[in-house]
Amino acid sequence: MNDYRIQGETGEWEVVVGLEVHAQVTSNAKLFSGASTEFGAEPNTQVSLVDAAMPGMLPVPNRECIRQAVRTGMALEAKINKWSRFDRKNYFYADLPQGYQISQLYHPLVGEGELEVLVDEKDESSAKRIGIERIHVEQDAGKLMHDQHATMSYVDLNRCGVALMEIVSRPDMRSPAETGAYLRKLRSILRYVGSCDGNMEEGSMRADVNVSVRKPGGELGTRTETKNVNSVRFVMAVVEHEAKRQVELLESGGEIAQETRLYDPDKNVTRSLRSKEDAHDYRYFPDPDLLPLELDDAFLEECRATLPELPDAKRKRYQEQGITPYNASVLTAEVETARWFDALLDAGAEPKQAANWVVAELFGALNRRGESIEASPVTPGQAAELLGLVADGTISGTIAKQVFEIMLETGQGAGAIVEERGLRQTSDTGAIDAEIDRILAANADKVEQYKAGKQQLFGFFVGQTMKAMAGKANPQVVNERLRAKLS
Amino acid sequence: MVELTSLTIAGLREGFRSGEFSAREIAEAFNTAVAAARALNAYTVETPEDALAAADAADKARGSAELGPLAGIPLGIKDLFATQGVDTTSGSRILKGFKPPYESTVSANLRKAGAGMLGKLNMDEFAMGSSNETSAYGAVISPWRRKGSNVGLTPGGSSGGSAAAVAAGIAPGATGTDTGGSIRQPAAFAGISGIKPTYGRCSRWGIVAFASSLDQAGPMAKSVRDCAILLEVMAGFDPKDSTSLNLPVPQWEAGLSSDLKGKRVGIPKEYRIDGVPAEINSLWDQGIEWLKDAGATPVEISLPHTKYALPTYYIIAPAEASSNLARYDGVRYGLRVEGVHTLDDMYSATRAAGFGAEVKRRIMIGTYVLSAGFYDAYFTKAQKVRALIKQDFRKAFEQCDVILTPTAPSAAFGIGETTDPLAMYLNDVFAVPASLAGLPAMSVPGGLDGQGLPLGLHLIGNELDEQTVLNAGLAIEERAGFSARPEKWWS
Repeated sequence: MNDYRIQGETGEWEVVVGLEVHAQVTSNAKLFSGASTEFGAEPNTQVSLVDAAMPGMLPVPNRECIRQAVRTGMALEAKINKWSRFDRKNYFYADLPQGYQISQLYHPLVGEGELEVLVDEKDESSAKRIGIERIHVEQDAGKLMHDQHATMSYVDLNRCGVALMEIVSRPDMRSPAETGAYLRKLRSILRYVGSCDGNMEEGSMRADVNVSVRKPGGELGTRTETKNVNSVRFVMAVVEHEAKRQVELLESGGEIAQETRLYDPDKNVTRSLRSKEDAHDYRYFPDPDLLPLELDDAFLEECRATLPELPDAKRKRYQEQGITPYNASVLTAEVETARWFDALLDAGAEPKQAANWVVAELFGALNRRGESIEASPVTPGQAAELLGLVADGTISGTIAKQVFEIMLETGQGAGAIVEERGLRQTSDTGAIDAEIDRILAANADKVEQYKAGKQQLFGFFVGQTMKAMAGKANPQVVNERLRAKLS
Repeated sequence: MVELTSLTIAGLREGFRSGEFSAREIAEAFNTAVAAARALNAYTVETPEDALAAADAADKARGSAELGPLAGIPLGIKDLFATQGVDTTSGSRILKGFKPPYESTVSANLRKAGAGMLGKLNMDEFAMGSSNETSAYGAVISPWRRKGSNVGLTPGGSSGGSAAAVAAGIAPGATGTDTGGSIRQPAAFAGISGIKPTYGRCSRWGIVAFASSLDQAGPMAKSVRDCAILLEVMAGFDPKDSTSLNLPVPQWEAGLSSDLKGKRVGIPKEYRIDGVPAEINSLWDQGIEWLKDAGATPVEISLPHTKYALPTYYIIAPAEASSNLARYDGVRYGLRVEGVHTLDDMYSATRAAGFGAEVKRRIMIGTYVLSAGFYDAYFTKAQKVRALIKQDFRKAFEQCDVILTPTAPSAAFGIGETTDPLAMYLNDVFAVPASLAGLPAMSVPGGLDGQGLPLGLHLIGNELDEQTVLNAGLAIEERAGFSARPEKWWS
C-alpha cells in the first residue's frame, strides 16, 4: 500500500493524527447521580440535585458506568488500573453547574491498549495497529441553547453529568483513511461490547482530532486540535484539510499555532476557536468528595465474563469456517450483522453458502428496501430453511432467488412457498432427457458447432434446458446428461 | 419549678419521659429564651413553630414505643446544614434567601429521632473564620464578658452561633461542623463541650461544603453525656456520601465511663508553643493531673510535624474551597447581579457582591496553590505533609490511647480585636492537626482564666475511638466541676 503524502512545493509531507474520542457510556443513570440519561427528553427534566450542583450535594459513582468502561478497556486489550482516582477540572461555564468537571487526569481507569484496523477491508495486508494511550471516565456538561430568546441563552442540564469515556489514541495514524478505519473499528467494538451506542448523529460519540504535519520520518510538528467532530466522514475531512492547511502555512513561511479549532461541515473548513494563550488553567486536583476507585478481582472477572466475542475473533472464526476474508470482514463490521449471521449459523446454515447469500442476496434486498438488518422481514431461521432447501437439492439457486422474493413480500416460510407453488427441483432424468433431446434436435446447427470445438455453447444448452424446465431441473443432472448426449 | 433552659439534654430527656414537664413546655421555654436573646445575634432564622410541632408530636408519643431518642428536645442547627424549606445561607450573602428543597442527612437523622428545630445558627461565612465576624448577617456576640467589662467578645468560630446559643441557654444542644477546629475552638471559648468525630462518621450530604476532605459535623452541648447522646443520632453510614464510613454507630452514651485505669494519655511535647499564656499551660498541667486521678498514665509523645499543620491546612482547605465554591455563580440559585452584559461579567459581579473578604481571600489562596506551576510546590507538598502528620498520630497511638492538649492558644477575644488574618488563623493551631488526620477530637471546659473567661481542654483520639475521647472528657468534666455560666446581660 502506498503511504499517504501531501504534495507540497518543497516536497512530500506526512500527516500525524491522534484522536480523543468521547463516547457516552450506555447506562440508565448518570455517572454520579441517579438521574436518567434518556435522549430527547424535555429540557431540564432529567436533572438531579447533584447535577444542578445544589449546595451540599455529593457525587456517588455509578457502578454500571465503571463496569462498562472496564469492559471497553478489556475489549481494547488495555491495562485495567485496579486503583484509579477522580480529579476535578475547574472552569466556569454556564453548562457546568459545579464549576468543575469530574474527570480523571492523574490516574485513569484504563491504561495502554491497542486496536488493529484494516485500512482496506478487502486487504488483510493493510492491517495496522493503533495504540491506545488511556481511557478515562468523566462527566458530560449540559447544553446551551442560544436560539430561544432574543438576549438570553438557555441552559438544558439533561446531559449534564452523563458518563463519558474519553478514549485517547497514540498519534499513530498517518492518513485520513487510517483515521477513518480506526474510528469505525473503535465504534464497532464499543457497539459489540454494548458500552456505547456509537450514535454520532445524536452526539453520543464525538472526536477531538489532533493533527500535525512533518517531512516523512522527521520530528513531530506542532499540532492543532479540532474539537467535537461528529461523523467518520467529517473526521477524515478534518485530517485532509487540516494537513493541507498546515503544509501551505508552513511552506509560505508561517508557523503552526498550538490551538483549538472547530470544523464547519457546511464550508468544509476548520477555523481557530482559541489559542494556547487563552487556554484555561484547569487547576486539576483529586476530588475530595470521592474515594479512590479500587476494583477487586471478582469485579474484573464479572466484567470479563460478560464480554462478547469481538469482531477480530469473530472474523478469524468465520474464515476458519471457510468464509472469504472479504465476507468475514463485512459480516463482522457491525454488531447487528454479526448477531444476525451468528443466528443464521446457529439455525444450521452452512457457513460459506450462508455468507455468500447474506452479502449478495440479503444485503441487496435490504438495500433496495431501505431496511436495516435488525428490521429484516426474513428471520435467520427462515433464511436457514431457504438455504437448507438449496443445500439438499430441493430447489435450485435460481428458484431460491424467487422464493426469497416471495418470502420478503409475504413473510411465508421457504418450504411452504416451494410446496404451494410447486417449485421443487426435479432430478427426474426421464423428463430432463426428453427436454434435452427436444432442444438438441431444434438446435442441430449449434450441436454441430459445439462438436466442431465451440465449447462455450455448452452453457447455451444448459440455459435452454433450465428454461424449458422452468428452472426446476437439478443443474447438476442437466450438466451430466447434456455432457453424455453431446459426447 | 426548675428553669428548663438551664438543663442538660439528659436532664430534659429524663424530665420529659418521667412526665415532670411536657415537651411543649420545653419548646416554649426555649422559644421564649431565643426571642429574648436577639442581642446575641446567635440565630439567623428562628423557627419556633418547628420546635412546637416536634414537641407536640413528642407529647403525643410519650410512653409509646415510637418515642425517638431525642423526643422532646429542641435543637439549634448551624446554618451550614440544609434544612428543607428553611433559609440555609452558610452565613453568606450569596445564599441569602436560599431555601433548599432537601434536608441534610444529619439534621434529618435528628428530626427522625424526634428533635425539633429552634432555628438556624449564625456562623462564619462558609465556615471560614474563628470568631464569627465573617458572617454576612453580623457577628455573634458571646454571652460571656470579661470581669468588669462590657466589651463584646467573640464566641469563636466558625460554629460561633452554636456555641453562644448553648452557653446562653437558648438551645440545649446544637449542631456544629469542624473543618479545622470550628466545633472545638468555639466550644472552648463558650465554656461548653463539643466533639468532632472521626472523618466519615457523620454524612456530609446536605452540609454546604467548605473543604470536603476535612469537613465533619458534630454536636455542641453543655455536657459530655449530651454530646454522646447527640452524636449517636447524628452519625451513621449514608450511601449518598462516598466518604461516609460504612460501620455501625457505637452506643457511646451507654459506654460512658470516667474510669481511665490502664489508659495512657499522650502529652505532645511539640504543643508547648511560645506565646501561649501561662494560664493555658497550667490548665493543661491540671488536666494531666485530673486524668491521672481518673487512673490514666501520662506519657510524653512526639508529633514532630505539628509545626507544619497550620500552613498545610491553609493550603489544602482553601484549595478545596476554591473549587467547592465555584457553584455559587448566580445561574441557578442565590444572589445574581443583573445588568451586566456577558456571562463572565455576571460571574464576577455576583461573586464580588456575594462573598465577603475572608471567603474571597481563601478562594484566591486556593486558586493560587492549584495553579499550573505552583501545584506541586504547594498542593502536592501539602498532601505529603498531611500524610506525615497522619503518620505522626499513627505512631503516637502506639504509645498512648488519647492525647491531651489545650483547645486554643487564648481565651475569647474581643470583637474587632484580631484584624490580621494570620493571627486569626493561629487560633486553630492545636485543633488543625486532628482535622488533617481525620481523628476524633473534643473540647471540654477546664476552668476560667483570670478575666473570668472559659478555657478548654482538648482530647484527640485514635481513629474510630470516640469512646475513649468521650470518657477522658467525662473524667475531666467530673473533676473540673465547671459550672460557671455567663451572667444574663442580654435580656
